[in-house]
Amino acid sequence: MIKVEGLTRAYGSFIAVDDITFECKPGTVTGFLGPNGAGKTTTMRVMVGLTPPTHGDVTIGGLHYKDIPNPGRHVGVLLDASAQHAGRTGREVLEIGARTMGLPGTRVDEMLDLVSLDARESTRRVRNYSLGMRQRLGIAHALLGEPTVLILDEPANGLDPAGIRWMRGLLQGYADQGGTVFLSSHLLHEVEQIADEMILIGNGRIVARGTRDELLRDATGGVSTTLVTALDNHQLAEALTDKGIVVHPAGEGLRVTAEPVDVGRVAAERQIVLTDLRAGHEGGLEDLFLELTAETQRDVLPNEVTANEVTASEATASEVRA
Amino acid sequence: MSATTAPATLDVSHTPTVPFGRLVAVELRKLADTRAGRWLLIAIAGLTLLVLIIQLSVVLGQDLHPKYIDFLQGMNTPMGILLPVLGVLTVTSEWSQRTAMVTFTLEPSRVRVIAAKFVSILLISVAALVIGVLLGALANALYGALSGHTVVWGNPAKFAFYYLLLYIFGMATGFAFGALFLNSPAGIVIYFVYSFVLPTIFGIAAALMTWFESLQPWIDFNNDQGGLIDATITGKDWAQLAVSGIIWLVVPMAIGIWRIRRAEVK
Repeated sequence: MIKVEGLTRAYGSFIAVDDITFECKPGTVTGFLGPNGAGKTTTMRVMVGLTPPTHGDVTIGGLHYKDIPNPGRHVGVLLDASAQHAGRTGREVLEIGARTMGLPGTRVDEMLDLVSLDARESTRRVRNYSLGMRQRLGIAHALLGEPTVLILDEPANGLDPAGIRWMRGLLQGYADQGGTVFLSSHLLHEVEQIADEMILIGNGRIVARGTRDELLRDATGGVSTTLVTALDNHQLAEALTDKGIVVHPAGEGLRVTAEPVDVGRVAAERQIVLTDLRAGHEGGLEDLFLELTAETQRDVLPNEVTANEVTASEATASEVRA
Repeated sequence: MSATTAPATLDVSHTPTVPFGRLVAVELRKLADTRAGRWLLIAIAGLTLLVLIIQLSVVLGQDLHPKYIDFLQGMNTPMGILLPVLGVLTVTSEWSQRTAMVTFTLEPSRVRVIAAKFVSILLISVAALVIGVLLGALANALYGALSGHTVVWGNPAKFAFYYLLLYIFGMATGFAFGALFLNSPAGIVIYFVYSFVLPTIFGIAAALMTWFESLQPWIDFNNDQGGLIDATITGKDWAQLAVSGIIWLVVPMAIGIWRIRRAEVK
């Protein structure tokens, strides 16, 4: 549905987007991941005709954005939730959009309702909105014209965990109905739960792409990792080592180079009580993400992401999921 | 997933382009849907009324003999200063508030958006003219009733045409400067420099240099509009107005539109 072919955007000698090619299919959510300044926003701006490409081409449903009549009815766009007139009320922002697209006024109420902005909030000026409220308003604006394609730049930015979960459900439902969703993020855990395919970008180039599992396979070199904690870690480590499985201590428990099912089997055989057993994927993906985009990271990373950090980030991710 | 069977093309056969009239209606709405915009419109109307009341009380108190066009001239001062500001802001607020991003994604043809904005200020000019002509007539009639003097109307149709041109020129020049600078303070300041400082400089230059004195009417758009204000404009004045109008209105507008078409909207 969205087709990006050999897209390059240069600003003088600085190349913001460097010859990227990808496609987003209907009925799927595509996550566009990369650190700040990787070229995500520039790519999205080219998609909707706000920035001309230096080379290459972007089409949506076979058309250039500028050739789509009344584009709001086909493509919902949220590029910057703060790019709204601070003096307009939230309702008025939607009203202008609805009128431009030729939609009935009732659509505005439906959208306000959908993004949970109540009557009082909708009559406040955008200036007084929190980032999360602006984000909700922006999502409402993108959905106004019942588009079949959504292009959302950092839609989860500023949303609280409940809001992120709400948005995830919204976009998933949208894709399930046949919509095409393309969203960017610089936070892996915002995207990995929902994206059918992920495109990782760093320094303007695509550094990896694929489904979550495909990326994980690459990340771990085809080797699975399991995080496990037993009442007696020492006993479990011995049992696993006996089977020739590599074990490293990690935080409260162990990081094991094997599938969770194998670890469970060993524990069952030896009658070892486990208190925690799960796939160590997230850490692997996080590592991959940081590694692939390391050149463009602004912050110097420690050589190795420690087990504690992995556990902590997983804890955050599972809280968000909860 | 049933969803993957959805077609990978957009069916645009049932969506007509956004009609131009709808774009104009939206642009008109945008002029008044913020506190700043609304107060600017209220200020234009309020100040115009205030000037008229002062003018009426002065002519009555000093027993002067004003004609209809004198009241129109009085009102031209507040209108002439504030309408161009509205013209500037129509364009620049989209950039300073960054709403251009949304506007141009809903209507990718930037020229159509600019055209809709321009038509919206033309409509405001017409509204300003109607209000001005009626208020002026009311003031003139009141003057006649209160002073007992004969009321002089002159040629109201001609005046209406001239003042419509004045309002349009003022707003359009502001619009052009706004498009040229895409920045509210810069657009307004440069407009005021052009409107208040430049005539003085031209005046001094003309007084000092005779060759400039003969050139000035061809390049001084402000001064050339004087013939519309007092309705004395004749053949050659029209030619001069056209030439200076090209310099100060058409050229900045053309450059401004070219700039908006090419600009990367941030």
